[in-house]
Amino acid sequence: MARVGDDMTTKPSSVAPSEPSAAEGLSSAAVDVVPPEIVAESLGQYLSVMGRRIANGNTGALPVVLALVAISIGFEIWTQGLFLSPGNLVNLFIESMVFMTLGMAEIFVLLLGEIDLSAGYVLAVGAGIVALLVQKPGPNFAWWLAIIIALVCCGVTGAVWGALVSRLHLPSFVVTLAGLLIMWGVMLVILGNAGDVSISSAILSNQHTVYEIVNGNIPPLAGWISMVIVAVVLGGVIWTRDAGRRSRGLVAPPVGVTAVKVGFLVVAGAVVVAICNVNRGEVSSPVEGVPYVVPVVFAVLILWVILLQRTRFGRYVYAIGGNPDAARRAGISLPAIRTWAFVLSGVTAGFAGILYLSWQGGTSTNVNGGQYVLYGVAAAVIGGTSLFGGRGKIAQAILGGLIIGAIYNGLYLQGVQVQWQLIATGVVLVAAVLIDTVSRRGNLTGSSARI
Amino acid sequence: MIPSSGSGGPAPLLAADGMTASNSRQDGVPLLRLHGIDKHFGPVQALYQVDLELPSQQVTALCGDNGAGKSVLTRCIAGIHHPEHGQMYWEGRQVHINSPRDASALGIEVVYQDLALADNLDIVQNMFLGRERMHRFFLDEDAMERTAAETLQGLGVTTVRSIRQPVGSLSGGQRQAVAVAKAVMWNSKLVVLDEPTAALGVVQTRMVLDLVKRLKDRGLAVMVITHNLNDVFEVADRIAVLHLGHKVAEGPASEFDRQSVVDYMTTGGSDRPAAKPRPQL
Repeated sequence: MARVGDDMTTKPSSVAPSEPSAAEGLSSAAVDVVPPEIVAESLGQYLSVMGRRIANGNTGALPVVLALVAISIGFEIWTQGLFLSPGNLVNLFIESMVFMTLGMAEIFVLLLGEIDLSAGYVLAVGAGIVALLVQKPGPNFAWWLAIIIALVCCGVTGAVWGALVSRLHLPSFVVTLAGLLIMWGVMLVILGNAGDVSISSAILSNQHTVYEIVNGNIPPLAGWISMVIVAVVLGGVIWTRDAGRRSRGLVAPPVGVTAVKVGFLVVAGAVVVAICNVNRGEVSSPVEGVPYVVPVVFAVLILWVILLQRTRFGRYVYAIGGNPDAARRAGISLPAIRTWAFVLSGVTAGFAGILYLSWQGGTSTNVNGGQYVLYGVAAAVIGGTSLFGGRGKIAQAILGGLIIGAIYNGLYLQGVQVQWQLIATGVVLVAAVLIDTVSRRGNLTGSSARI
Repeated sequence: MIPSSGSGGPAPLLAADGMTASNSRQDGVPLLRLHGIDKHFGPVQALYQVDLELPSQQVTALCGDNGAGKSVLTRCIAGIHHPEHGQMYWEGRQVHINSPRDASALGIEVVYQDLALADNLDIVQNMFLGRERMHRFFLDEDAMERTAAETLQGLGVTTVRSIRQPVGSLSGGQRQAVAVAKAVMWNSKLVVLDEPTAALGVVQTRMVLDLVKRLKDRGLAVMVITHNLNDVFEVADRIAVLHLGHKVAEGPASEFDRQSVVDYMTTGGSDRPAAKPRPQL
């Protein structure tokens, strides 16, 4: 590291990288904790820093990606080519969407170091409310009104848990465990008479729109066009932001890294659209196109990423998760931020409920909310969100949700019974927590060595 | 300078010429003067009639053994405790500091021993925590990063690799430097450092003491709370000693030596010839 009291001679942004090659001079402890895109000045350096991080056991998203690849290959062999067929992959995407959304819901509270065990039955209640409100004969509410009412109700429950946790300082584990039971009961109450509410796919009813969220497909050509538009807009935003920061002399990833990022975005989008556009029905009655749920969940993802990364609220969530005392002394209202995080968790869980309702074409008193919430927590933790607060990104729910979905889907394809699905998911969850704890321990030794 | 839209906080000081305002205060009125401060907690009297002066452009070391009342006095200045008796004069004008907010409005920033940094946030995010600059609804990262870089540069903090690295990856001295930079960024005139070198090694201590001197050179009043005598004689222009809630000595550092400070800290008095505390006001 550099000498004390050196004059500032380099560009104003990075506060004097002292050696010409930033990556070379880094101690291994520093490599572990400093994100490579901050220190690297070229794509080559970025890769070398990444390589050293992985060699040091700070593996980031790599084990998750590798696990996904391994699971896919394993199931592909086991199911003799069925698992990676386009038709099944679309199913897998759809099934994963509920897990991903629940994972996002959990990440809001996990970032604070809290947990929300009620999310599974909040999902069930959200699904129940929408299902009942769009019934005809019945209330026959407009689909959007039913969805808004359901999301508001789920948000209110989150506000209750949040208020109990943040104002009365009750442990979130207990509060939301009570919430789990309460929402279970509420679900039974609202679905009590019917026990089973379905929504039909009949054209021109409000139920139809809800049904189509998951079961409807974007026409193939429109899918390609929208994907190109999204990729251009998003890629353009990322590119201009990084290029702008570079030109203003601020800390920014090297051009190569930005290019890889944008390239990955485009390729991932193209692969998803290409898979979904393969006809997965009969030749005579084709089923093809991207299910609406894919762009819908993607939009929610973008919304929450912006909220957590670009607004005061998001910054304060991370600050509270990292050091609540520092946040309090900085004048941040901890109860307000905590309560809002629970509200957003509830709303997102309610949203997952709407996806569930659409996916299943109905809902019933049999929804296993207890299992769903654990899948949600698992998705977040497998993706890399820490249970101890302050560390995690909303996008990690996507990877984690895909893994849960893949296990669920693959074992289902093989006709493996539910007990083995549970065991397999549990093993993966333990592996994920193990990785989290081990990497955390690695970071701790790194930081305790700093004095 | 970038207008701080939405944040409502004072514009941070950036350039060296921003210091001239406080530099001009050479008319003998100390930046902060405490007079007759009494503070008790129930039956326990923590401070007895404490007088203290904190002039600009000088480093005042506040010494004292454990339980001498250093922390209580600091918290009175920071607006956390409210003294029962006594007056505070800021630039010669009597003030009442009822809350930490009042203290920062005057220009008082306290860097506590635990530094109050969030390890998972980067340097810029920590320096602006709670006072973020906004651009419409979104954080104005560019402006914050630029200001933070300029502040660190102005303080000669040049050893951090990247201003965007998480604070958890910094050394103890660097963390102290970030906490100090965070404090001086807000037009502060008085910076109080609570045991700034307590957990640091030799090199890191050197770095922090250099930083303290630079604050003084920028025209700030600095109060360093410490019982490390090496630090005291290294940076202090003035020394004040507390003993069991009484201020037992205060004066230019040249009027003290190590032994006299130790005597004051431990017994409340000294018969060493070098120790001639200035007569009280």
